[in-house]
Amino acid sequence: MATGIWIILERNESGIRKVSLQLLSKGRAIADETGESLVAVILGSGAAQFADEAASYGADKVILADDKRLSTYTTGAYTSALNKLIRKGEPAAVLIGNTAIGKDLAPRLAQRLGVGMASDCTGMETDEAAFLSFKRPIYGGKAFAEVTATDRPILAAIRPNTFPMGEPDATRKAEIANEAAEIDDDDLRAVVKEVVVAVSARPELTEADIIISGGRGMKGPENYEILEKCADAIGAAVGASRAAVDAGWIEQKFQVGQTGKTVSPTLYIACGISGAVQHLAGMGTSKIIVAINKDPEANIFALADYGIVGDLFEIVPLLTEEFKKLTA
Amino acid sequence: MNIIVSVKQTFDTEAKIALNAEGKISDDGVTLVINPYDEFAVEEALKLKEKFGGEVTVVCAGGEKAQEAIRTALAMGCDKAVRVDISGLEDADEWVVAEVLAKAVSELPYDIVLSGRIAVDDGSSQVAVRLAEALGIPSVSSILKLEIEGDTATATREIDGGAEVIEVKLPALFTAQKGLNEPRYPSMMGIMKAKKKEIATKGLADIGFGEVPAAKMSAPKYSLPTSRAGGKMIPGDATEATKELARLLREEAKAI
Repeated sequence: MATGIWIILERNESGIRKVSLQLLSKGRAIADETGESLVAVILGSGAAQFADEAASYGADKVILADDKRLSTYTTGAYTSALNKLIRKGEPAAVLIGNTAIGKDLAPRLAQRLGVGMASDCTGMETDEAAFLSFKRPIYGGKAFAEVTATDRPILAAIRPNTFPMGEPDATRKAEIANEAAEIDDDDLRAVVKEVVVAVSARPELTEADIIISGGRGMKGPENYEILEKCADAIGAAVGASRAAVDAGWIEQKFQVGQTGKTVSPTLYIACGISGAVQHLAGMGTSKIIVAINKDPEANIFALADYGIVGDLFEIVPLLTEEFKKLTA
Repeated sequence: MNIIVSVKQTFDTEAKIALNAEGKISDDGVTLVINPYDEFAVEEALKLKEKFGGEVTVVCAGGEKAQEAIRTALAMGCDKAVRVDISGLEDADEWVVAEVLAKAVSELPYDIVLSGRIAVDDGSSQVAVRLAEALGIPSVSSILKLEIEGDTATATREIDGGAEVIEVKLPALFTAQKGLNEPRYPSMMGIMKAKKKEIATKGLADIGFGEVPAAKMSAPKYSLPTSRAGGKMIPGDATEATKELARLLREEAKAI
């Protein structure tokens, strides 16, 4: 009998990744509603040091597979180890963030387990017949599909910032289960030679609470500095539209939209962005959208919660000063 | 070097999305194109062929209409194509499509399989990775660079906040991210040549399926988004408007 909700946790330099904590928080609510247990799964060297944090966000049980072969993520080793753990533990659902790792791992794991999977979900609810149902944007957010799985476990990758993070409770304790990682030799065919992580004081784009983005209206690469100053006043990430990336003003990795990153921040400030459907596909699920554009007819105003028609070169620096006053 | 490119036909990204009477996504009046990310995969395959020789085969699961997407890939320079007709599979999920593609691919010789990292229609990013698993070969997702030396590939893969360099023995599958290359436009000559290139059409029985594989996911229920109630314009000169915006973001939206 498949039972329990498993959350595969991802880690970074500062601890458990935000999206994983959001999933623990949501998982806790579902566990309480359904009477299921919530299980956090942590792989890699030193996994145990994250167990308390996982417990504080709601895990009833923490499965640790402390193995140096899992210290750096590789598709094969993670698939191998998780496939065995899942077959042994028989969870009802396995959830992971729709991150670079989640997008790569979950489909491979689903195929090995011979089960279905819901990708890039922006909604998850309990379902009487199927246990969980998932809502996911398709056609760049121009439609939604609601799906459930016919078998167990149900696998799903959830878009970062879909669910709020709960308050940690340091008094919560979890059962700890140390498991040996069983990894087939065949799954060690890919080797990570080098990891290049850009050092930035700003949050990672897909996980940021606030994003300030610049488009064609930025007029040149030198002008991104005014967005960066504004971003730093409120701890935001900087993004861009395709027009700005294609013009060579800013690196591709900052692009938000259909051919760039999909983001879902609390606040998205679009500066000099007209609002092409391809851009909206990447940020349409933002909770609050602000548009600053000198063209009053720009598409972006139709969906912006707040809009200012005007010159971004005048407005953004003023806004930076206002933000500094607010956050002082 | 034998290279397979797995492509999908998708709606043009400008397409308006509507539901038909059955509640399914309507394809009325929609322009169909080769999935834009698959073009990066095609381009990479052609570059590898130019360097190492060999043959590039397009593999596509789709109905009759998908021929057009296949022709685009052939016009860009791919050598031949296999289309598996899945028009009878109404609600094929990623599991089904991956199983079908795996059967079709395993009948062909290959050193490298390439595909786009995501299809712009369902946006699921699953089929290519599942295909690698079904074929029992390693895969590297979302690559920005690919170098081949002997039987070893070195791929740079995009990760959150950076990149990683992965070394893998061939055969292997790679999914293409924007930035890998600039896809070429088909030349007039290419388009003419493509008309004469072979597209083998296969039914499920032809590739060894006794019965139609069953989906693992329920048939999706589709809906259209409720439009955002946007449009609160903040009046006044730059100073006033900015002050008011900051106030609203703090007090009303509670976002700062």
